[in-house]
Amino acid sequence: MAETTFNIDELPIPFTPGQTILEAAKAAGIYIPHLCYQPEFKAHGGCKMCTVMVNGKPQTACTHKAAAEQEVEVDTPELNASRRTLVQMMFIEGNHFCPGCEKSGACQLQALAYEYEMLTPHFVELFPERNIDASHPDVLIDYNRCVLCELCVRASRDVDHKEVFAIAGRGQDARLIVNSPSGKLGDSALAVTDRAAQVCPVGAIIVKRVGFAAAPIGERMYDKNPISAEADSCEIPEAQ
Amino acid sequence: MPTADPIVSAIVEKYRKNPTYVLQILREAQEALDWISPDTVEAVASGLNIPRTRVQSVVQFYSFLYDKPRGRYRLLFADNITDRMAGNIALFEHMLNRLKIKRGVVSSDGLVSVDLASDTGMCDQGPALLANNRAIPRLTMRRVDEICDLVKARAPLDEWPADLFRVDDNIRRRETLLTPITSGVALDAAIARGRQGMLDEVKRANVRGRGGAGFPMGRKWEGARNAPGAERYIVCNADEGEPGTFKDRVLLNSFSVRVLEGMAIAGYATGATKGFIYLRGEYKHLQAKLQREIDEMRADARLGASIRGCPGFDFDIEIYMGAGAYICGEGTAMVNSLEGKLGRPRVRPPSMVQVGYLGKPTVVDNVESLAHATEIAIEGGARFAKRGTRFSTGTKLLSISGDCERPGVYEYQFGVTIARVLEDCGAKAVSAVQIGGASGVLLTPDEFSRRIAFEDVPTAGAFMVFGVDRDIFEVARNFAHFFAHESCGFCTPCRVGTTIQRNIMDKIAEGRGARYEVNELKRVVEFMKRFSHCGLGETAGNAVRDALNKFRPAFERRLHAKDFAPAIDLERALEPARRITARDDAEAHLETES
Repeated sequence: MAETTFNIDELPIPFTPGQTILEAAKAAGIYIPHLCYQPEFKAHGGCKMCTVMVNGKPQTACTHKAAAEQEVEVDTPELNASRRTLVQMMFIEGNHFCPGCEKSGACQLQALAYEYEMLTPHFVELFPERNIDASHPDVLIDYNRCVLCELCVRASRDVDHKEVFAIAGRGQDARLIVNSPSGKLGDSALAVTDRAAQVCPVGAIIVKRVGFAAAPIGERMYDKNPISAEADSCEIPEAQ
Repeated sequence: MPTADPIVSAIVEKYRKNPTYVLQILREAQEALDWISPDTVEAVASGLNIPRTRVQSVVQFYSFLYDKPRGRYRLLFADNITDRMAGNIALFEHMLNRLKIKRGVVSSDGLVSVDLASDTGMCDQGPALLANNRAIPRLTMRRVDEICDLVKARAPLDEWPADLFRVDDNIRRRETLLTPITSGVALDAAIARGRQGMLDEVKRANVRGRGGAGFPMGRKWEGARNAPGAERYIVCNADEGEPGTFKDRVLLNSFSVRVLEGMAIAGYATGATKGFIYLRGEYKHLQAKLQREIDEMRADARLGASIRGCPGFDFDIEIYMGAGAYICGEGTAMVNSLEGKLGRPRVRPPSMVQVGYLGKPTVVDNVESLAHATEIAIEGGARFAKRGTRFSTGTKLLSISGDCERPGVYEYQFGVTIARVLEDCGAKAVSAVQIGGASGVLLTPDEFSRRIAFEDVPTAGAFMVFGVDRDIFEVARNFAHFFAHESCGFCTPCRVGTTIQRNIMDKIAEGRGARYEVNELKRVVEFMKRFSHCGLGETAGNAVRDALNKFRPAFERRLHAKDFAPAIDLERALEPARRITARDDAEAHLETES
């Protein structure tokens, strides 16, 4: 029986019915960048990093189903330039100071910036006023670094069944909020062992007392290999 | 101030503790308590047995819900470009002065706050404002004074003169749709055709959605009817948030028989038994009236079980109020909002006709589209299709505002030229027309021979006229601010792109833009168009793009002479330091003011 395939950058890729383009590509060892997607959660489709051209039309690979004969463009100069623009947009809307961030080297936003050769923020930085919430004994939130991927929202709702996190507000006022009477993480039901405490792809939700000691520069996750070379790049390592 | 608990529990009970009504509950709670306090959030969350964050999310998503006190009187001036042109800012400032308050800051006695808001659907009778979500059009200095006096006298809104709240239809031109029908006639005609027959006629009429996208209504209905499952829903999109549009307001006010019976006909043809009217928050003045009509229809066997005595034709309608979010006009966002979630657009596929409200097949149709269903039921699809053009059948309502002698609602057959419309509304010395609202297109006199039709200039109905003295740069800037305010924040390109676009327009307005900014605008507009999740982001740059292409001198004359000027204004950046050190001498400034 002939295997059903679709094409990624002119290469035939097998897929099983119901698989998304991103899933099929990953199974075939082809990297499609993504930030708000994690295989264990329902796809979100908001960050737009995984946008590919499907028969000439932009679609998010994490939500769009693969179909026979589809022509999908992934690695083109135009798309890669757009991915750089997306990363720049996420950098300028928050306050991302990599040298002082303990997620540095294991941060997916930073790794994507390297991957897509982002040398400057390009846009005028918005410098929003955001806070840090250190009220929880084991977990810290630095809202300056949140990219609204909603992974923690999904993890807390679908895996931990706690609904500790949600997104409130609209547009540039959209932000992460915490389910507790005070709005502080310390008063919430979050435990350090929760999936929601582990899934943040950037340095917004970090486990306390791990810090820079986790791995010295040169041995951090993306020091060894770029994000595109990580076979399991969509899986977040367990907290140390 | 009354305490939250008993009031909130009564409201929660009224909605049978159903979390899909959280937005309605919060709207009513705010009406009773003036704002949504943390206590109210807790009471609603525990009453509905949902996490408090879900309640907070909703409160913070909708512009007309307040999580901070905004006074007993909350006055919001509409700030669409047409309100600007009619002098809303002078009135706004006059009110701030009279009440001795600052924009957006509650008076020290907690009585009143005054701020600006997006378009409110009163462009034909602006400037307008909303007083605790109730529309007051036709503002003048005298009216503003009157409102200030009422506020100072602490008069309850129900006791304000009714004339303040009078909203006129301003119907200027009628064809077939703006003709009253006797109640029940359209329903009887539909029943006589049978469910399949009615659907066939809608397909034969080739009627396309009037909300802007122009999807064939018959295909949508058929899709929903053929989708598996027993339950189906009809949603009447009455969110009409596109700046410059107000024709649905008129249909709902004076032709509600057509709208409501049109919904029932949609239910009949698709097998849906339940319909929602998602009514724009700004149209609160229509809510009670529509509810009375729905009640009358039930009493009259035009709604409920076995409509008009036809066994199995069961349909009922419920009104669901919006609360100030343009994005909810997008079909999937509207259905999310109806479910009590944030009004953010869904990922498609699946389409609404497969998986819509509560996961059931759902038809979301514009008010005007559904009203047309009554025409098709009565006269049949073939006759309906004789009007208009081959690809755009029937008539179209236009909401005309701006620089013309007779703003209001005009009904034309599709195919009418823009020149003809301008002549009819008494527009002279026109430099441009914005068609389709902030997300539409800007046309100049050399294009006025073009036609209103899906195959030429498609529109949901907004038609804003700009005279030769108008500054088109400011038009585009107004729309850029609108989109930055209304982006839902779900996807990166729109959430960040609309803000970048607004900031660049502001920089150019301050005379600090250079050619770099002009080029950057083009890039950002193109980027949003290609990568945004939904139509909001895809069209958020249209106005800026068109203004750049067609009114380049309006940009050029504002540009800084240099190739580039930094975003930061160094002189202004020194201001905090001057304030702290209480200095204002020459040495404390970069250079002498030029």
